[in-house]
Amino acid sequence: MSVGILMLVHTALDRAEQVARHWANAGCPVVIHVDKKVPRKTYDRFVEACSDHALIVFCKRHNCEWGMWGIVAASQSAAELMLERFHEVHHVYLSSGSCLPLRPVQELKDYLAARRRTDFIESATTSDVPWTVGGLDRERFTLRFPFSWKKHRYLFDKWVDIQRFIRFKRRIPKGIVPHMGSQWWCLTRQTLSAILEDPDREVFDAFFKRVWIPDESYFQTLVRVYSSNVESRSLTLSKFDFQGKPHIFYDDHLQLLRRSDCFVARKIWPHADKIYSGFLRDPDGAIKMSEPNPAKIDRIFSKAVERRTKGRPGLYMQSRFPNEGWENGMTFGRYSVFHGFTELFEDFEPWLARATGTRVHGHLYAPERVEFEGAQRFLNGALSDSAKLRDYNPIAFLTNLVWNTRGERQCFQAGPRDEHVPVWFIAKDPNAQVSVISGSWALPLFKSNMNFADIRKEAARLQKIESDQLLALRSPYAKARVRIWSLAEFIESPMEPLQTIIDEIGTDPARRLAEAPRMTDLNGFGQFLQNLKNQGMHPYLMGDFPVTQSENTQKKPPRKPYLVQ
Amino acid sequence: MGLWDSYRMRLRRRHRLMRSVRKARELSPVQNNTHAIRPNDILLVSTFRNELVRLPYFLEYYRNLGVDHFLFVDNDSADGTLEYLSGQDDISVWHTKHSYRRAKFGIDWMNGLQRKYAHGHWCLVVDPDEFFIYPFCDTRPIRALTDWLDNSSIRSFGAMLVDVYPRGRLDRTTYLPGQDPLEIANWFDAGNYTLEKNPAYGNLWIQGGPRARVFFADNPKKAPALNKIPLVKWNRRYAYVSSTHSLLPRGLNQVYDEWGGEKASGALLHTKFLNTLSEKALEEMGRGQHYASSREYKAYAEQLGTHPELWCKWSEKYINWRQLEILGLMSKGNWA
Repeated sequence: MSVGILMLVHTALDRAEQVARHWANAGCPVVIHVDKKVPRKTYDRFVEACSDHALIVFCKRHNCEWGMWGIVAASQSAAELMLERFHEVHHVYLSSGSCLPLRPVQELKDYLAARRRTDFIESATTSDVPWTVGGLDRERFTLRFPFSWKKHRYLFDKWVDIQRFIRFKRRIPKGIVPHMGSQWWCLTRQTLSAILEDPDREVFDAFFKRVWIPDESYFQTLVRVYSSNVESRSLTLSKFDFQGKPHIFYDDHLQLLRRSDCFVARKIWPHADKIYSGFLRDPDGAIKMSEPNPAKIDRIFSKAVERRTKGRPGLYMQSRFPNEGWENGMTFGRYSVFHGFTELFEDFEPWLARATGTRVHGHLYAPERVEFEGAQRFLNGALSDSAKLRDYNPIAFLTNLVWNTRGERQCFQAGPRDEHVPVWFIAKDPNAQVSVISGSWALPLFKSNMNFADIRKEAARLQKIESDQLLALRSPYAKARVRIWSLAEFIESPMEPLQTIIDEIGTDPARRLAEAPRMTDLNGFGQFLQNLKNQGMHPYLMGDFPVTQSENTQKKPPRKPYLVQ
Repeated sequence: MGLWDSYRMRLRRRHRLMRSVRKARELSPVQNNTHAIRPNDILLVSTFRNELVRLPYFLEYYRNLGVDHFLFVDNDSADGTLEYLSGQDDISVWHTKHSYRRAKFGIDWMNGLQRKYAHGHWCLVVDPDEFFIYPFCDTRPIRALTDWLDNSSIRSFGAMLVDVYPRGRLDRTTYLPGQDPLEIANWFDAGNYTLEKNPAYGNLWIQGGPRARVFFADNPKKAPALNKIPLVKWNRRYAYVSSTHSLLPRGLNQVYDEWGGEKASGALLHTKFLNTLSEKALEEMGRGQHYASSREYKAYAEQLGTHPELWCKWSEKYINWRQLEILGLMSKGNWA
């Protein structure tokens, strides 16, 4: 009783020989098919090298091109030879030259001997699986593919389009239902001989010769006709990348492969010496009867596929530069922008830091320099506080800042003085939380010692910029969490909006604000605004302020910090 | 890109190739071992002048990675470089006294050598102060990478320049021949790079790092480009356009993904900032043979006198490629 190995080989013949000897030494007959593209000389040398082993034989050579019939023809020839030559074989295992047995051959033999009637072949109906890369699933069977996908991609695609357009359909022979699956199978003698000796084989072969990638469907389909006991999985560990190419194993995967308990893995890099020498040696230790467990390897490779297709959110780098709308996260994580708060509250930044436990910066986009927290000159990732460096690419400055401080929420101040704030970018970014007190830019002017003519000019400028900024924040494209209050509205009940914002930042959800930031003195501000109006410059962004405040508020001593319980 | 643009690019590429043929005549072979190049060999091409002190470690590093043959252009070194290289079988050297600047900063010479010797080979183009790292470079030789690229039908591989610098004054430690420069200069900037797409060639234009931060803070636009595509499966029809920043045909510049995913990429650790720099800066400024009237060297020479500190509190100490990958400076992409 033994297992027969079919090996399809086209490169790295030395490795193939090594593996073939390993199988044969353990008593498994090996039939090798060498691609016809391999030069005669190389082939002869290879046959010669293996000739000393009675259990290694060679079958008729076919031309194997990916996606074409040749690979199936090769498997058929090899299988026929195997069944004819080695009568004690009860299971036949199809493998390639870059496959490698990971467990002692005896374990595979025992495993299969305990499952004498089971065919291990991945086989699923086309409609049920989303495996196919390139969108051809059922059409693989119903269209014709005279052009090579590898060499004449354009013609291949066009020919498919034409056939779709004229609704061309081939007839599928009676008695079979198309199935697909991994091309690496292990079938019983009964099933395999039934497939190969079927009286209708010519009909089936003629049909599959024109199917695209028949090696993934020929045996997978026919096995359903003859087998009574199909176990739809492959015993060969083989992982595919996002383009449907197999992942390759290297020396650093050695431990992973060991722990996978799979019988055979592909593909192994031919120069992975440690893997080859590690696995191709006589078994030591007890024979295990464990089931294959490729979960860990699965995770690594599916992560690789995800990295290649989706990437890391908020990262812009040399090999990831997404077009607009394809960022999968414009920035790495959430951050908060406070527009016009420092003008109204005198100690807003330290207060916010205490209330939320986040990192609170000043005006990052201040015209003079970047106001990092604590007036640092540099920040994470060696971001510089130079305004020129920042303004060279304000968006990159922001995305870098958020990326560099991963895991720590950033808050920063903004306002109309900060002309270079990338307000459209922030508005479109769902990670941004923007809170605006419009019109509070007038407060520093009100307190300043400038000439009134200059104040008027500056007020006009700031109002213009802020209204543009508000336009972006209010646009239908804005995806940020935006809240806008006019100054008059905000000072009506300042604690309520503050509580909402801080709850949303959510570092400590249950906490009520115990302490309020100190509001700047607004006495006379109404008159100041009226003066501006009298000069023909109408400040409107702050809402309505009465010219004079009512008697009793004016008499009050400076407002005490208010508490909301 | 319309037909007209494609045609213009084609002309430009042809022009480059013609130039490289003409400029290759300026090179005279000193040691030609190219007959030893076998069909699948991985080649390295480099141009230098007076870099003897760096060569021992440079050669050791790239031989360990698995580079099979070195093609060097020696731009009239006076420090005994030629003597040092003579007799090494995996090295071929050409000598020239001609102008580096007028050979498009060496690119014409290297395009010429590559056209002649690198057709069908994976070819790495680096300066003697650049050390190529790529995903898994500590466990897999460069052939694993090129085999994988071949397998994935990828023709070019991007590796951004990452400037490494020492802590403290540059002249505090003297670099000795054969020494790993990363023992001295092992700090880098992790997250202050800016990217832009170059519409003409389709490559990314990356700036930032310590050079922008310290030397070009007042004029960031002039800061040196850090994007590089040093590893290409060469074809005699290809040509580098401006240093190794961009190539023609333009498809080779597409080393980045635009649909959210990450392609695999590496990095070139740029060990320019050693005690050798100030001497170099003075010499190169005098010669005026470098890009944009040696603007970069001028900036160094002006400031090096005052011993600027490149290191800052947020500098990152270099450990390995995995660190760069986690920081987002390079990516494993689909390679696992």
